[in-house]
Amino acid sequence: MAETTTAIAEPTRRDFLFIATGAAAAVGGAALVWPFIQSMTPDAATIAAGAPVEVDLTPIAEGQIVKVFWRGKLIFVRHRTPAEIKAAEDVNVASLRDPQPDAARVKPGHAQWLIVYGNCTHLGCVPLGQQGEYKGWFCPCHGSVFDTSGRVRGGPAPINLPIPPYTFASDTKIVIGQGATA
Amino acid sequence: MSQHSSTYVPKSAFGKWFESRLPIASLIHSSFIAYPVPRNINYFWTFGAILSFMLASQILTGVFLAMYYTPHASLAFQSVEHIMRDVNFGWLIRYMHANGASMFFVAVYIHIFRGIYYGSYKAPREILWILGVIIYGLMMATAFMGYVLPWGQMSFWGATVITNILAAIPVIGDTIQSLLWGGYSVGNPTLNRFFSIHYLLPFMIAGVVVLHVWALHVPGQNNPTGVPIKSDKDWVPFTPFATIKDLFATAVFMLVFAWFIFYIPNYMGHADNYVPANPSVTPAHIVPEWYFLPFYAILRAIPDKLGGVIAMFASIAVLAFLPWLDTSKVRSTSYRPLYKQFFWILVADTLLLGWLGAKPPEGWYVIVSQIATAYYFIHFLVILPLLGFIERPLPLPNSILESVLGQKGGAGLPSGANAEPQSKG
Repeated sequence: MAETTTAIAEPTRRDFLFIATGAAAAVGGAALVWPFIQSMTPDAATIAAGAPVEVDLTPIAEGQIVKVFWRGKLIFVRHRTPAEIKAAEDVNVASLRDPQPDAARVKPGHAQWLIVYGNCTHLGCVPLGQQGEYKGWFCPCHGSVFDTSGRVRGGPAPINLPIPPYTFASDTKIVIGQGATA
Repeated sequence: MSQHSSTYVPKSAFGKWFESRLPIASLIHSSFIAYPVPRNINYFWTFGAILSFMLASQILTGVFLAMYYTPHASLAFQSVEHIMRDVNFGWLIRYMHANGASMFFVAVYIHIFRGIYYGSYKAPREILWILGVIIYGLMMATAFMGYVLPWGQMSFWGATVITNILAAIPVIGDTIQSLLWGGYSVGNPTLNRFFSIHYLLPFMIAGVVVLHVWALHVPGQNNPTGVPIKSDKDWVPFTPFATIKDLFATAVFMLVFAWFIFYIPNYMGHADNYVPANPSVTPAHIVPEWYFLPFYAILRAIPDKLGGVIAMFASIAVLAFLPWLDTSKVRSTSYRPLYKQFFWILVADTLLLGWLGAKPPEGWYVIVSQIATAYYFIHFLVILPLLGFIERPLPLPNSILESVLGQKGGAGLPSGANAEPQSKG
C-alpha cells in the first residue's frame, strides 16, 4: 500500500466514497430515529379522546365548584358568589405575582363562571376549594394560596391557575377545548 | 499493579476443546478465582457482591411479577392486588421486589460512601467511578418508574410531580414531558411506557455493571490504606478468600432483607399507595421513596422551580467530577485527619437532607434545607479542592502487608524502596 501515502496530498475516489457512504449512513440512522420518537407523542386515539367536552352549567349552584376532566386534565368549574367576584375584582393587580385583572380571566358577561385548570402550577397537586387566606384555593402539598380568581397569592406556585380554552355555547353551557390545538 | 495472569489450564479433553473455541473458563478463572485481592480489605468491600445479588434478585422477581401484572390504567391496581391475594406466593415475590428496591439502595449508598471514604475514585479508577455514577442514575430512573406501576395514589402523584419538574427545563422541557406522558397528562400511555422502560433499564444496568467490573479489574481493588499492591505478600487469591467473605456478607445482608420481607414488608412504603390512583384528589402529603429524599429536599430548598431542578440534578452530577475535585494525592481518609471530619459532616448533612425531604416545606424546615443544600455543594466545590492543599496527611504504610502486620512484620521488606510515591508527607 505504499502508493496510498500520496493520497494525503490529493483525495482519491475511495476517500469520496468513504465520506459519501458514511454521510448517507449517518443521515439514514438519524432519519430512523424520527419515527421512534414520534411514536411516543400522543397517539390518534388519545388526541380523539381529547376532543372538546360540553359542560352543562344549570346544576352547578352558586358557590359550588365542580371538577371535570378534559384531556385527562382536571378542570375546576366554579360558580362564584357576588362576594367572591367582588373580592377578585377589588385587588391591586400590580401587587400580584402574576398580574392579571379578574376581567381577563372570565368571559365578558359571565363573571360568575370561573373555569381554571385544577392542578397547582407548582408541582401539580390538586388545591382545595374555598380554603386559604383568600377563600379561593389552598394547595395542601406545598402551601400555595390562590384567590377567587385562581390567581396565585402566596406559596411556591410561580403563576396563576391557567385558563383552559373554552367558549360559551349558550348562557348555561360551555364547551371546553373549543379552538384548542391538537 | 502487577497483573497476575491466569494460570488456568484445562484438564479434560472437552475442556481443552472448549477453551480453544471460547476461552470463558479462563476468563472466569482469572477474574474470580486467581484474581489478586488486597489482603486487608474489610467488609465494606463486600457490597459489590451484595449489589450484584440484589440486581439479580430484582430482575428475577420482576420477571415473575410481569407474568401477572397488567400495565393498564384501569387494571394495574387490580392486577397488583391479584398478585398479592390470588397468585401463589405472589405476596412473597412482590414484597421481595418492593423491599428489594430499598435494600438495593441501602447497599448502593454504603458502597458509594465506602468509595468516598477510601478515595476509590482517584486515579487510576476515574472511569470505574463514573460508570458507578451512571449505574446509580439508571437505578434511580428504574426505581422511580417501578414505583409508578402499582398505579396507587402515590404512584400517580409521584409521576405527576416528577414529570412537572421536568417541564421546568427550558426549551425542551415541554417536549420531554409530552414524550413521557404520551398524552396531555399522566395517564394510560404513561403507565404503558413506564412499564416498558422499567423492564428495559435493569438490563442496561447489568450491561454497565459488566463495564464497571471490567474497569475494576484493570487497576484492581482499592483497599483501606489506599496503597496499591506491590508484592505477592500484599494479596490473596479471590477464591476462596473474597468468594467466601462475599457470600457470608451477602447471607447476613439477606437476613436483614428477609426481616423486612416477613416482618415489616410495608415499612418502606406509603399507605396512600394502597388507594387506587385518582386524578381529582391529591394525597395530603406527597413524599417520594426514602432513597430520593435528600434530592427531593434539595429540589424544594431552591425557591425557584427551574433552579431547584438544576440543583437536584447537579447534586448527583457533581459525584462524577469527584476524581478531579479532590486534589489530595492520598486516597484513604484514614490518613487524612482533616478530611475525615468533613467526610462525617457530609454524611450527617446528607442524612439531614433526607430527614428534611420527608418534612413539609414550610417554616424553619425550608431554612435548614437551604443551609444543608448549600453545605452539600460547598463540600464538593470548595472544601474538597482546598483540603488537598491545606491538609498534612499522616504517614502512609509502606505496603499493605506492613499495614496488616505492623512495622515488625514489614521489617523483612526494603521499606524505603516501596514507599508510596503519592505520599506528600
